[in-house]
Amino acid sequence: METKIKHLKNKATEIRKLIVEMLAKAGSGHPGGSLSSTDIITCLYFEIMRHDPKNPAWPDRDRFHLSKGHCCPALYAALSLSGYFPREKLWTLRKFNSMLQGHPDKRVPGVELASGSLGQGLSIALGMALSGKIDKKGYRVYCLMGDGEIQEGNIWEAAMAAAHFKADNLCGIIDYNHFQIDGRTDDIMNLEPLLNKWEAFGWHAIACDGHNIKELLEAFRIANSVKLKPTVIIAHTVKGKGVSFMEHVVDFHGRAPTEKEREIALHELGEIENIEKDIEEEE
Amino acid sequence: MAIEQLYQRDVYGKTLVELGKRDPRVIVLDADLSGSTRTILFAKEFPDRFFNFGVAEQNMMATSAGIASCSKIVFLSTFAMFASARALDQVRNSICYNNLNVKIVATHSGITVGEDGASHQALEDINFMRAIPNMKIIVPADGPETRSAILTAYETNGPFYVRLGRAKVPSIENRKEFVLGKGYICADGKDIALVACGVMVNEALAAAKTLKEKGKDAAVFNFPTIKPFDKALIVEIAKKYGKIIVCEEHQVTGGLYSAVCETLSHDYPVLVERIGVEDRFGQSGSPKELMECYGLSANCIVKKCEEFLRK
Repeated sequence: METKIKHLKNKATEIRKLIVEMLAKAGSGHPGGSLSSTDIITCLYFEIMRHDPKNPAWPDRDRFHLSKGHCCPALYAALSLSGYFPREKLWTLRKFNSMLQGHPDKRVPGVELASGSLGQGLSIALGMALSGKIDKKGYRVYCLMGDGEIQEGNIWEAAMAAAHFKADNLCGIIDYNHFQIDGRTDDIMNLEPLLNKWEAFGWHAIACDGHNIKELLEAFRIANSVKLKPTVIIAHTVKGKGVSFMEHVVDFHGRAPTEKEREIALHELGEIENIEKDIEEEE
Repeated sequence: MAIEQLYQRDVYGKTLVELGKRDPRVIVLDADLSGSTRTILFAKEFPDRFFNFGVAEQNMMATSAGIASCSKIVFLSTFAMFASARALDQVRNSICYNNLNVKIVATHSGITVGEDGASHQALEDINFMRAIPNMKIIVPADGPETRSAILTAYETNGPFYVRLGRAKVPSIENRKEFVLGKGYICADGKDIALVACGVMVNEALAAAKTLKEKGKDAAVFNFPTIKPFDKALIVEIAKKYGKIIVCEEHQVTGGLYSAVCETLSHDYPVLVERIGVEDRFGQSGSPKELMECYGLSANCIVKKCEEFLRK
């Protein structure tokens, strides 16, 4: 377990470094939410989900839908590290003719459906979950939402429907970093009491530290075992996590790091530990 | 001989059942209007493949995208008002941008919704849908053409918007086999061309009969597909007749009249007159009263033709 966690932490650091590099090269984009959602995405792609980068259309794969599409740098990095496409592609983010659009779409191997217009992703994930039920398939569907995003009414329509249809193969995750473009969620449009809201809508709701790998894995394990209702994981996170001058700074919601900032950020994130030896030993 | 009169939505419901038997990939959604849209016929036959989303059209639209992405063909229905305006972002970004097999079959379109009044009379829906890439639009003229439209939407990849009415409509004479993207002539004439879609095909045919009695010779063309538009035929019509009146149960902006004028202004400019709703909201009344009041009836078409021919 310890080695597994170490391995995942390492992956998360790798993803964070890629996010910083990609955004610095792109010159625009959303570092804050990409960094806050990194550990969640890492756990899903490198531990929780059954997926096959060699066969992205595998019908039995678990599905992931990034409802907060603007945080696609974290997703692109995870897909690339998983082997869906070569790392060099990451440096084309947001460039003309690149498959890595400013908000994700289907041209990227591993991306299920486009997102970007907030509030629609939970419905899309519900559709995939319902289809799995119709086909009597065992796959699970994961949907990552932003905290500001759930101010959209469509999310709550989907929340009501997912409970009504007993979509226990659906797991929502909220990247609760407490910031949206205009400021703190508490000031712009308060979301609390958030856990109670989801419970009142008929969901199994779990709160956890969205940067604690062990807590995240446990939350996903519970989500997997809950029957007859969907589960939401309210992951308490830090906007810009891992880069001191981006943490809790609303400016980095939608601003890329400068060259200087890139250097400092990469330095702060540190080296990727070599844990191949530990893994061999454990095996 | 009495002319056959059918509810387009009844034909739709029956065709859905037919498709449901033929293909397990067919899934049907509704938003608390299954009795009115007739998707209830499918729901009764295939309860495991029918989902009622309650009064939540945005969720229904976005969810349909998720279902369709898993190799399904989704038909979904509500009133045209809510199928278009209410959830347009979901239609654009979740369905059309992903180019998914979602067939939106909207009933209760246009002024002939009648007594429910302006809030329920969708007169802008073709405009909204026509602006979105990947979307195809069919406005069937009657019951049998509705069946063809539904089968075509089923067989053709990508999103569709099929616009149906509320009231019974007489089955038109000289109907030709429906081909996506093609219009056709349904009454011969040589003085002027009436170009119509949906319930207005019947009005145009009635107007042509009256005109004939008055010694005027109007041809009637049915354009059931608004998108992709039959540009070749409209240019041919412009060349042959030089005078065209477009008839539609929709605002004159963004619908069939716009499609005709956009094509002709570029390819073969001629004078094109219009019968449609002129930038107004509807109101309560019987369909007959409203068609007269908003200038859409056969009488109004006759009058417009006579004025145009005098020009």
